Amino acid sequence: MDKTVNQKAWFLVLPVFLVVAFSAVLPLMTVVNYSMQDTFGNNQFFWNGVGWFKELLDPSTDLGGRFLASLGRNLFFSLVILAIEVPLGIVVALSMPREGWTVAACLVILALPLLIPWNVVGTIWQIFGRPDIGLLGYVLNAMGVDYNYVSNDFDAWVTVIVMDVWHWTSLVALLCYAGLKSIPEAYYQAAQIDGASRWAVFKAIQLPKMNRVLLIAVLLRFMDSFMIYTEPFVVTGGGPGNSTTFVSIELVKIALGQFDLGKAAALSLVYNLIILIVCWVFYTVMTNAGVERKVQAESGPAVEPKPSPGLKPVPALKPKEGVA
Amino acid sequence: MHSIPGRRLIMGLFLVFLLLPIYWLVNMSFKTNSEIVSTMTLWPHTPTLQHYKRIFTDESWYSGYINSLEYVVLNTIISISVALPAAYAFSRYRFLGDKHLFFWLLSNRMAPAAVYALPFFNLYSAIGLFDTPWAVALAHCIFNVPLAVWILEGFVSGVPREIDETAFLDGYSFPRFFIKILVPLIASGIGVAAFFCFMFSWVELLLARTLTSVQTKPIAAIMTRTVSAAGMDWGLLAAAGVLTIIPGALVIWFVRNYIARGFALGRV
Repeated sequence: MDKTVNQKAWFLVLPVFLVVAFSAVLPLMTVVNYSMQDTFGNNQFFWNGVGWFKELLDPSTDLGGRFLASLGRNLFFSLVILAIEVPLGIVVALSMPREGWTVAACLVILALPLLIPWNVVGTIWQIFGRPDIGLLGYVLNAMGVDYNYVSNDFDAWVTVIVMDVWHWTSLVALLCYAGLKSIPEAYYQAAQIDGASRWAVFKAIQLPKMNRVLLIAVLLRFMDSFMIYTEPFVVTGGGPGNSTTFVSIELVKIALGQFDLGKAAALSLVYNLIILIVCWVFYTVMTNAGVERKVQAESGPAVEPKPSPGLKPVPALKPKEGVA
Repeated sequence: MHSIPGRRLIMGLFLVFLLLPIYWLVNMSFKTNSEIVSTMTLWPHTPTLQHYKRIFTDESWYSGYINSLEYVVLNTIISISVALPAAYAFSRYRFLGDKHLFFWLLSNRMAPAAVYALPFFNLYSAIGLFDTPWAVALAHCIFNVPLAVWILEGFVSGVPREIDETAFLDGYSFPRFFIKILVPLIASGIGVAAFFCFMFSWVELLLARTLTSVQTKPIAAIMTRTVSAAGMDWGLLAAAGVLTIIPGALVIWFVRNYIARGFALGRV
């Protein structure tokens, strides 16, 4: 089913374009404008050229040091939570009950953390982890672990990571579950006839079918963890010291705390650029994955699941054109 | 074959992990402050409703919920109504710059709210929308509209093209076809998209807090008031937190059969 070329389709897209342009392009222009200037309050602005950018990328200055340190922390945080949440999410998705009312119950409970306002997520863990009134902190301390996320860097990190795992693993699990649900029963039957092991079924049937949704999951999780703000802000306030100050927290500190518009704007642009690049890489990978499948499906004969003794990866049944 | 050994145990442990912190919040909301601070109790020994009573009777508290719901609903309506035609266009036609436009939309979904906080503040102050629900509703469009387009595009693509062609042959005009035929066909998709818009607008705090000051403070911002000179009012904070979970839990119940597909953005 090929799409027809129709330039009039622009009329259908126009409302979206206008709404998003109003919210995205206008403010971004303001940011670009600010990033080139310095202000001494009273709405007096002075041309500063690329000064802020130079400072930002130079670790020896105050601004650059803070930015690069928070960027490093943020990248490390994103990698850690991806390394935990993706495998855990797959395992949870594979553990979903097959049918009956328990499926709906599990889905609802899984989705619950996703619908809690982010500051409340912070509040929940702030309370839960406190050594005096929180269950977690109390139990840990009673067991002899000296746990206090307010004063200890390591504990603060663990709290923030566990909180993120609590908050977002469900998203990965739900995505993977959706991918698993789309596998036709015939695949499993064929694998059973071939006497494939559990692991072989996972590697050759389930994992390839989850490819697509896993990409979405990794993309969403990376992006959202890379711009995380509210939850760590509520729990640790970026501390102790600066140990859990991520890029967004640093940015808000500079922009709304110190009202240093020029610095904040320069930081915003670099921050946005990093996100744009990562986003583009993912997008290209996703689009190419879609195209490759299409080519495979068209050139290869039937895409019947015929697991050979070696159980080669089974190509997708429904190749879909386009993105994601 | 489908699932892994020990799956009941894994699922059970994970659900306990998810529910325990929430239980603790609920537990605390029913305790008196003196019980919270003085003793460690696994369930409220002297259960009280005082915190909930306070929230429901004090206007500065419950108005926060109304304010939040106001901009969330506004945002959902705006997002869905602009995203529907666009989703149709992306799904059916090829036009100049379509791929770039799609990527641009997607990239806005990923843009950090912290970047936009300050410019939004300037923009909405300049056009006089600051401190109205419209400001927050429009600001949240930046991530909800792309998401809605993305989800709906998946659902529209699931509708066979023959249906469009038959309708046009039968003499349906485009708007009539859209409302009478397409919208009912993807009703579940619209439900899912609305659910996601609701969810992301409901959980967002940074923009909502930056764009409001007095009139339309969202509940999330009001909750920070529980810190006072006399120390934290933990019970009240917990009760307010519990009440913010309820709308989400209600909405989830309605779309539970579509959740999984919706999270895959309609394209599995």
